[in-house]
Order: sequence, then C-alpha cells, then structure tokens
Amino acid sequence: MDLGNAASLSHFLPELLLTAGVIVLVVADLIVRNKAPLGDLALIIAAGALVLIAIEPAQRGAWLFHRMLVFDAFGLFFRALIALAAMVAVWMSIGSEEVCHCDQGEYYAILLASTLGMFLMAEATNLLMAYLALEFVSLTSYILTGFLRHNRRSQEAALKYLIYGGVASGTMIYGVSWIFGIAGSLDFGAINRALAAPGHLPVLTVFIALVLILAGLGYKIAAVPFHMWAPDVYTGAPIPITTFLAVGSKAAGFALLTRFFYPAISHLGAGGSWQALAGADWPQLLLVVCVITMTLGNLAALQQTNMKRLLAYSSIAQAGYALMGVVILTNDGIRAMLFYLFAYYVMDAGAFLVVMIVANATGREDIEAYRGLAWRGGAVPAVALAIFLLSLTGIPATIGFIGKFYIFAAVIRSRFYVLAVIGILNSTVSLYYYMAPIRMMFLEEPRGDETPVTFELWNYGLMGVLACATIVLGLYWTPIIAFADRSMHFFTGPS
Amino acid sequence: MGGGITLEHFLVLGLILFLLGAYCVLTRRNAIGILLGIELMLNAANINYLAFAFFGGARYDGQIFAIFVIMLAAAEAVIGLAVILAIYQNLRTIDVDATETLSG
Repeated sequence: MDLGNAASLSHFLPELLLTAGVIVLVVADLIVRNKAPLGDLALIIAAGALVLIAIEPAQRGAWLFHRMLVFDAFGLFFRALIALAAMVAVWMSIGSEEVCHCDQGEYYAILLASTLGMFLMAEATNLLMAYLALEFVSLTSYILTGFLRHNRRSQEAALKYLIYGGVASGTMIYGVSWIFGIAGSLDFGAINRALAAPGHLPVLTVFIALVLILAGLGYKIAAVPFHMWAPDVYTGAPIPITTFLAVGSKAAGFALLTRFFYPAISHLGAGGSWQALAGADWPQLLLVVCVITMTLGNLAALQQTNMKRLLAYSSIAQAGYALMGVVILTNDGIRAMLFYLFAYYVMDAGAFLVVMIVANATGREDIEAYRGLAWRGGAVPAVALAIFLLSLTGIPATIGFIGKFYIFAAVIRSRFYVLAVIGILNSTVSLYYYMAPIRMMFLEEPRGDETPVTFELWNYGLMGVLACATIVLGLYWTPIIAFADRSMHFFTGPS
Repeated sequence: MGGGITLEHFLVLGLILFLLGAYCVLTRRNAIGILLGIELMLNAANINYLAFAFFGGARYDGQIFAIFVIMLAAAEAVIGLAVILAIYQNLRTIDVDATETLSG
C-alpha cells in the first residue's frame, strides 16, 4: 500500500500528538506563571503517544507520505520503546534537582521534539528522511545536553557532542551522496534493486560509501570507533538527558541501522536467514565493529571512578552485545536484538535513576559517594542498583540474563562460535566493574561524614517499577519475546 | 556545458573539498574553525548530489537533497554558535583543548 499525504495521517497519530504537545508546551510556557505542571503535561503527552502506538491497528504495513516513511511491526516496536524512554526521561526530569531550575517549558518541548525525531528515525525508509530524522535528533540532543547554562561540564559536553556529531553527519551525508550516484535514488527499495544487480557495480565505491554511512549510524549507537563523544557527553549532560540518550537515542539508532542494513541492502532468503547483496559486502565490516565495541567498552569501563562515566562505557559495551544480533544475518538474531534492547532499556534506565537519586541527595557522582550507601539510609536504592548492575552483567533471574541468553543462542545457532566466545569473555570482564559499586555500597562502612540519602516518593516509585520489571521479566519473559516475535517484520512492499 | 567538463571533474572537486573539510576538523583547535570544516564536508556532499542529478538525467531528488542539506547546515551552525557562545561566556575561550575537564 502506497499511501498519500492525507491517508498517511491515520498511521501518524502518535507523531501528531507529540507535535501538538511541543507547541502546547511552548505556548503554555509563555502564559502560565507556575511552571511546575508543565512536566506533568509532558509526561501525559508522552504516555498518550504510547497509548496511540498500542492501539495502532495491526495490519501488514504501508508506505506513508509517498514512501518517505514506512508503517510496519518493526517500526512499531521501536516507537513503543522510544515512547517508554521518553516517559522515563520526563519522569526523572521532574524528580531531578539538576533540571528543576531550568526553563521548564522549553526543556520539555525540546525533549518531546527529540522523541518525535526518534520516531521518524524508526520509520524512515528513504535516506533523505533518515538523514533529516537523524539530524533532528542530534540537534535537539545538543541543546538538551547543554541545557544547564551555568554548568561548565554541561556546556563542554554539548560542544563535544556537537563537534563529533557534526563530523559524523557530514561524513554520513557524503557517503549517502555516493549511494545516490550509484543507485540513482535514495529510496531503500530502489537502492536494494540497484545493488542486487551484479556485475557492473563499483563494489569498492559502495563499500567505502557504506563505511561513511556507518560513521553516522555508529555515532548514534555509540559504537567504536565512533564512540568518543559518549563518555564525555554522558558525564556532562543532566542525568535524565543522559538516560534519554543512552536508551532512547541508542534504540532509534539501532532501528535505523537495522532497517538500512537489512531491508535496504540485504535480501531475505529461506528460513529467516538474510544475505548481503552482491554489491554491498557489509557483514564483515559490522562484525569487526561489534567485536571492538564490546571489548573496548568493557576494558575502558574497568578503570572508571565516576558512575556516569562507568555506565557510559558499559552502555558502549551493551551496544556491542546488541550488535551481535545484527551481524549474524538471521531473523533469530534480530529478534534477540529487539529483546536485548528492551532489557537494556529497563536495566540501564534503572541504573541511571539510582545515580540520580544519589546525586540528588549528595550532589556527587563518583563511586566514592556510594561508600556504605546501604548503611546510611539508602538501603532501598542500594538494593535496586545492585539488581540493575547484576542484570547488566547477565546474572540469572534477571532480564539481562534472558536477553544475553537469546543473543548467544542466536549467535551459536548461526555457527559464529568465535563471536560467542568473545561475547562471553566480555561478560566475564564486565562482572569486575559492575561489582565495584556493589562492593562499595554493601561491604564498605560509611565514614560518617556522608550526606544521608532520603526517601523521595516520586523517584522511588519509578525505581521500584523498574527493579520489579528487571526481576519479574527475568522470570516470566514470554510477553516481551512474543512482542519481539511479532515485531520481526519489515514491510518491503505488497508481495 | 562546454569545455569537456564531465561528472568525474565534479566528483574529484567534491572529494578534495571533503578531505579539506576533514583536515580542517582534525587540525583546528578553535571551535568555530571546526564548524567551518564541517560546513566544507556538507558542501562536498552537495556538489556530489548536484553533479549526480545533473549528469544522471532529469531527476530532482539530488537538487532537493542539496537544498535540505543547506538548510540543515544552517540549523547546525545556529545551534553550534549558540553552544560556543555559552562556552565563551563561561570560560572566556573557545579553544577546544582549553575546555578539557572531562576525560579518562
């Protein structure tokens, strides 16, 4: 189905709601004197978008806006995930000491605009649209990162993000221009047809163009060697924004990357296994990126003393695990990747939330601030953080274990034995640095001069939900894997 | 068009411009200098789009893409300069090495 502009709108309701929400927030910021309810309004809008996605009629799929966007199950999964990430980010912003003194209306409007950009990334099926959506997310993220106007670290993080982001997007757009020259179109379907014809294609040029495009996509998911911005930006940005970048932006990057590398430049063979097109030899390239991403992320995390920085390197390594599902070229792998991204959302958002609770109470983010946390009034956050970190390591009875299990099962089934061994070794290494904060919280005595952590209903509520989800979905994960199963469908035209 | 200017000439021009932009980004320490380098990289892509569109027959995709890239470059410059201005107000410098407090 190729829908025109008007007919497409019925599949575009979540995006329309977000657009309206952005406008309402900006206008309300000008009118109302008491800015506190604006955060609640933003939360309601994000939740509304999630509801609209949930009631979206299940059908086979359609092209929207003359093949600029595509409506399919795969996009729906990522839109739901991104809406959840936005809700957590807004919730945390309301409970954060850092952002509560900023211009509330603008802040939430830009946050929702960024969410809108991520939705579009998850649906783009034309390289022009993909590039515009990616830039939309980047530009709003730069502003959000530097939102603490008088905080030196926040400003510096914004500058670094901007420079790395600008270079990555400049590189990507140059690569896209070569693909345009070779394929004669920017539509994913047309690129697929052009690259499928063997023989007279300049294979080396296509490969270089793919490397250049990977710079833009890899920068969004913070894959090595395009990860350099991530530790600095994650450390400098306000914690709710760090969370949003770590879970939302990364999910959107994975959506675009998978949609580009699978339906656009590969084709689906029998039995759910994919094959790279003759003119586009990408699996080896992505395999190398995947291996160095998880290894370097884990090794660099070993020597971190700042919690945000530690979690930044950990999230680089986690992106490497999820990439394992992408490089093995099977539907099984994609399904495992979808599940893993959901698991990563639950546990990483939870870990950052505890970091925020401690930062709210003590104003510190270094691991030293967690000394004896369990014995100075912070027993609940300490237990929750332990759950999230154990889940990130992949200890059984947590959702992180199930996610890793599906990934490794898919990898082994596709006979990538070396990759599986590297992944398992990496998980073992990660145990060391995930344990460091846990040891600090439980086994070290408090010195006595630390600020006690006090109970805040708002933040503790969300923390409880995420911690329960980590455990409960680690024991009963059927609904999530069933959702991932249903989402394993790219719309590539009526067949 | 005369003088035997072909698609290759434009592609080489674009490549040179892209490499100059990349060189500028890698060597400059002044934040605005780096932004200028990024601008060169974007314009290298623009030359490619226009060249491919012109020599590849009657397609408007290339021209439209170039217009979008110009618009995005402007948006990026606005946000970039805003961030640099805020940095300058805080630190009184826009040298990217001098702003270094986050590392490790």
